[in-house]
Amino acid sequence: MCSLIRQVELEIVNRYKEGKMRCPVHLSIGQEIVASVLSIFIKKDDFAVSTHRSHAHYLAKQGSLRKMIAEIYGKRTGCSMGKGGSMHLIDKNVNFMGSTSIVGNSIPIGTGLGFSLKLKKKKNISIIYLGDAATEQGSFYESINFSILKKIPAVYICENNFFSVYSDLKVRQHSKRNIINSLNSLGIKTFKITDYHPVKLVNKMQYIVNYARVNSKPVFIEFLTYRFYEHCGPNIDDNLNYRKKEEIKKWKDKDGYENLKKFLIKKNQKLFIEKVEYLNRKKILNAFKFAEKSKFPNKSDLIDGIYK
Amino acid sequence: MASINKKRTISFVDAINESLHLEMKRNKNLLCYGLGINDPKKIFGTTKNLEKKFGSNRVFDIPNSENSILGIGIGLAMSGYPNVVTHQRLDFFLLAFDQLINSASKWFYMFGKNSNIPITIRLVVGRGWGQGPTHSQNLQSVFSHFPGLKVVIPTNPFDAKGLLSASIRDPNPVIFIEHRWLHNTIGDVPKENYTVNLGNAKKISSGKNLTVISMSYMTVEFLKILKFLQKKISIDFIDLRSIKPLDIKTIKKSVKKTGKVLVLDTGFKFNSISSEIITQINENCFNFLKEQPKRITVPNIPEPASFGLTKYYYPSLKNIIDEVSLMTKIKFNQKELKLFLNTFKSKYHDVPGDWFKGPF
Repeated sequence: MCSLIRQVELEIVNRYKEGKMRCPVHLSIGQEIVASVLSIFIKKDDFAVSTHRSHAHYLAKQGSLRKMIAEIYGKRTGCSMGKGGSMHLIDKNVNFMGSTSIVGNSIPIGTGLGFSLKLKKKKNISIIYLGDAATEQGSFYESINFSILKKIPAVYICENNFFSVYSDLKVRQHSKRNIINSLNSLGIKTFKITDYHPVKLVNKMQYIVNYARVNSKPVFIEFLTYRFYEHCGPNIDDNLNYRKKEEIKKWKDKDGYENLKKFLIKKNQKLFIEKVEYLNRKKILNAFKFAEKSKFPNKSDLIDGIYK
Repeated sequence: MASINKKRTISFVDAINESLHLEMKRNKNLLCYGLGINDPKKIFGTTKNLEKKFGSNRVFDIPNSENSILGIGIGLAMSGYPNVVTHQRLDFFLLAFDQLINSASKWFYMFGKNSNIPITIRLVVGRGWGQGPTHSQNLQSVFSHFPGLKVVIPTNPFDAKGLLSASIRDPNPVIFIEHRWLHNTIGDVPKENYTVNLGNAKKISSGKNLTVISMSYMTVEFLKILKFLQKKISIDFIDLRSIKPLDIKTIKKSVKKTGKVLVLDTGFKFNSISSEIITQINENCFNFLKEQPKRITVPNIPEPASFGLTKYYYPSLKNIIDEVSLMTKIKFNQKELKLFLNTFKSKYHDVPGDWFKGPF
């Protein structure tokens, strides 16, 4: 999964300059490991919602790749009929219920989806992806409070990449603030991921997901991670010097994708990696071909779907 | 539509309560929630016995988190649980604009018709008794601006019940505005479950000299003077009931007949529903107009709390009669008019009736 996401995103980078993907793209490159590990333990009937940076989350939930690429191309065959773009992905066949662009917006919606599972007495969970900036939003605390109150099986997973666009955590939060401590005192079970060894990561994630599922209770996970490309777009923007060179290097060394590869090579799985990458490549080229060939929505689609 | 077999008179509050009971019985997945929904006062009585009958899983109180509460409602609505959320004052609901505008209103469109949001948002609007700047705002025009929302604003118990049931069954988000001064009004309401179509205005009287278009409490105000005016003027009186969809067909038909139109609006003047209606009349019936369209609204001023100031704030019955007189060039005997207006004279201008003793 990790490899598929990385390869898809790199293909978007390669082709973006063609000018056919005429919408903002927020790439997950550097952060794929979060959704990839989680994907091992997510069931089809589990819900998921996400943010503006949602390609990885959508694909990890088994969302249709070709519908995602067609959506970025603005085509009628896209997952949102070309009306949502990269920031509004949905695939209800796999219960990926929607990603939205406003920071903190999808958190209560995912909480409500989790509440519906509770009311239906189902053993499923609702995955709510968010970034570090969302922990500055009221909707985050409001939703967590409600989840604890109603014992909602929701997994709030925060990908902390330290930046909201170009605004560092330092200019947004007091240096002594600790999100885990704050949430502990609210009464939600919390976890912080700092060890990126593939086996340890998988074991820990299994424990966390299982905890939410079995106990029907919300959990919060903080996952420190790093985006390698610009906030929005296909370029690397390290020339702007808003992040220290040493910091970038440190995080590139921790790259979950590369580490996973190294781990597998050590276990003599080089052939397996090549096979996976080859199959992914084929799938990706097909998806782009599908998107290119698909038609734009019709003029009549413009006014269609305002009301049901 | 309902067949009215036996006449039965109940209050606006009881009509709302009845609709909620009938709809919750009709749809086992319908949820009802809001701050104070199960408290001793039960949202002015509108939610009485709901929890008792349908249980606390389906009828529940909420934390003070208006924005997230709507988001949670959206999540529930898209996963098989249509729901009704109630706020005792519209003004608190302004905290939920992210979820209302960025999510609820456009979810169906933005995600290519994949998920619709069947949610009804009941908002109560206050007036007088010191409600002041943040407990009295009639913001129907604000909600109506956004594609994807429906806006409903009933005037009487019959419509309140039928429109609420229709809103609940509607597959889209609906804003349902209840004027606090209408809660204790009474009217004929059939016992059975019925709906009133969203988007159909109600013709209260037919006439050929003047079209009056009104909504919510302004309709009640105009009803007080209708008979008096009808002695000399033939009036087409339309109660909108739905703000969006707007029944422009009924409006056009009437204006083409009368050539004169007065719009009564409970909202602020600037960018109001009256602005929209007059614009659409100009666009569609310009050649039929014999007189420039007029409107009466509240001014572009926050409602002050003081008893000493509210008397200048709301349009009076006399203001409306004077405007009608000016537009139709029909004069009323001043002595007779004074005598007539005296029949409504109350010691206090800031209550729906002398029986009202607050607190909100």
